Amino acid sequence: MTTRLKGIGAHAVLLFFAATALFPLALVLLNSVKTNTEIVRNPLALPSTFTFENFVTAWTYGEFGTGFLNSVLLTGTTVVVVLTCSTLAGYVLAGKKIRSWPVVMVYLTMAMTVPVQLFVFPLYSIVAAVDLLDNPMVVGVIIAAINIPFATFLMRTFFLNVPRELEEAAQVDGVSTAQFVWHVLLPIVRPGLITVGVVVGLNAWNEFLISATFLQDPDQQTVTLGFLSMNGTFSTELGAMMAGALILIAPVLAIFVALQRYVVDGIASGSVKG
Amino acid sequence: MTVTAVRPTTTPAPARRPARFRRRRTLINHLLIAPALLLSVGIVVIPGLLTAFTAFTDWSGVGLDANLVGLRNFREILADPVFGTALENNLRWVAMFLTIPAVLGLLTAWLLLRRRRTRTFYQVVYLMPYVLSPVVNALIWLSIIYNPNGGLVGTLNDIGLPVSAPLSSLTGAFYAAAAVDMWHYWGFLTVIYLGAMRQTPVDQVEAAIMDGADSWQVFRNVYLPSIRPALLLMAVMTVIFSFLAFDYIYLLTQGGPAHSSEVLGTYAYAFAFSAFQFGKASAVALVMSFFGLIASCVYTWMSRKQDD
Repeated sequence: MTTRLKGIGAHAVLLFFAATALFPLALVLLNSVKTNTEIVRNPLALPSTFTFENFVTAWTYGEFGTGFLNSVLLTGTTVVVVLTCSTLAGYVLAGKKIRSWPVVMVYLTMAMTVPVQLFVFPLYSIVAAVDLLDNPMVVGVIIAAINIPFATFLMRTFFLNVPRELEEAAQVDGVSTAQFVWHVLLPIVRPGLITVGVVVGLNAWNEFLISATFLQDPDQQTVTLGFLSMNGTFSTELGAMMAGALILIAPVLAIFVALQRYVVDGIASGSVKG
Repeated sequence: MTVTAVRPTTTPAPARRPARFRRRRTLINHLLIAPALLLSVGIVVIPGLLTAFTAFTDWSGVGLDANLVGLRNFREILADPVFGTALENNLRWVAMFLTIPAVLGLLTAWLLLRRRRTRTFYQVVYLMPYVLSPVVNALIWLSIIYNPNGGLVGTLNDIGLPVSAPLSSLTGAFYAAAAVDMWHYWGFLTVIYLGAMRQTPVDQVEAAIMDGADSWQVFRNVYLPSIRPALLLMAVMTVIFSFLAFDYIYLLTQGGPAHSSEVLGTYAYAFAFSAFQFGKASAVALVMSFFGLIASCVYTWMSRKQDD
């Protein structure tokens, strides 16, 4: 009986924290279809009428069309650059294929802890000097450079699972490198590629400090920055703000839920190195 | 490593070939690792070293016109009372983030450990705020919760609870911003701690239960020591990131009202992009990174001591 009670108590605690996590998001959903007067009267009340005007307002004034395009461009650049660089480097490091591999490992550990604020000010001046500000792809490459050390470590652990005999046997049997990579290596490290891709992709999509600093031109801003610019003019239009928030939340949560296994595994494995 | 070592009969090539072959392989391997290193060095390390240099100059951030000014930037920020407030707030940030999210993370991870069926569901829900952008999270809290006109705070006022608007309060603004960051962050720790707890050897847990340990004792004496490396790593990461805190403060309070919620991150940013004093901004950035460096050193020292 007591164990049963304990079980109920545990579930109550877990549910309480789930509610804490979801409550602000539920408020967004609830108020995105309400008129402003209705929200000001009571943000907790259910909508009496559904209005979808808020979504049109948010999409137009937040410039979400160009914003989404720029965000996709930025995130795509980051993911492609990180996957390419970290896969190649992770492969070399896992096989200890260069003599200086321990030095590289130490370097990457240190690079991982370098804070953004330590390099962002001179980097801004350099990028401004070569006239590359207001370019989402440039920001994508910068964010990629920040994520490369962690992604390389993750890819390395996946390559460590590839038995060395496999590569040697393939060489002996005259399998071409391309065939070996495509048919043997790729299937083994695919979960790693997805994990790195989705974690790094979320990092790039959500990044604020660098994007806000390097992308000042409204036509080059990411969708989150477009939403932020709405805050000044629409801070009294709560319905439009909530609709804008919902437009930004929905795709991210959809991708997260679809790929949750990889995100959770990525987070859980990344820390349990020691 | 060479093929000859495995099956000598299949490599009839002359003895010189493996050496040349190996040299070519080495070159290729260096080329494979080069892009990762070049990007990291060029974008992170070289500008990072430049910061360490510009902290001792009066550089405005534009052009190459900079003069060495010795320790003047450091003297000036130390004399600025806002620097003191910012540093104090960073220390408060460390204290809050080392305790509140860690306790929530440990509690929920411990409760999820034996719930195989609902574990995934709860982890996904707890991570939802974590995967959303700081901009979105901050604006949600700003407009529908902290807002005295139409937000939850306004509703509380309407029903007679005299709650002042948190973000315009001199004492409350800092904690209001920290609360949003913690709301978004603690689920991450749940996943980390649960992942670490699941690595605990089953026989240790069973042995403790056989010895008559209750569930608190099992947690205290088996799981907690077993996840020590993860706890330690997260604590160090928390300290490092607490000195770099920027997003939520900048988005919710801009360091205000009257610099009361300023942290070193927003303080440095204002020097660079409002006052165009890149030298001073670099000096503050150097101070912030220094605290992180101390945390990393302590971590390295502690984990080495553990290995002995």
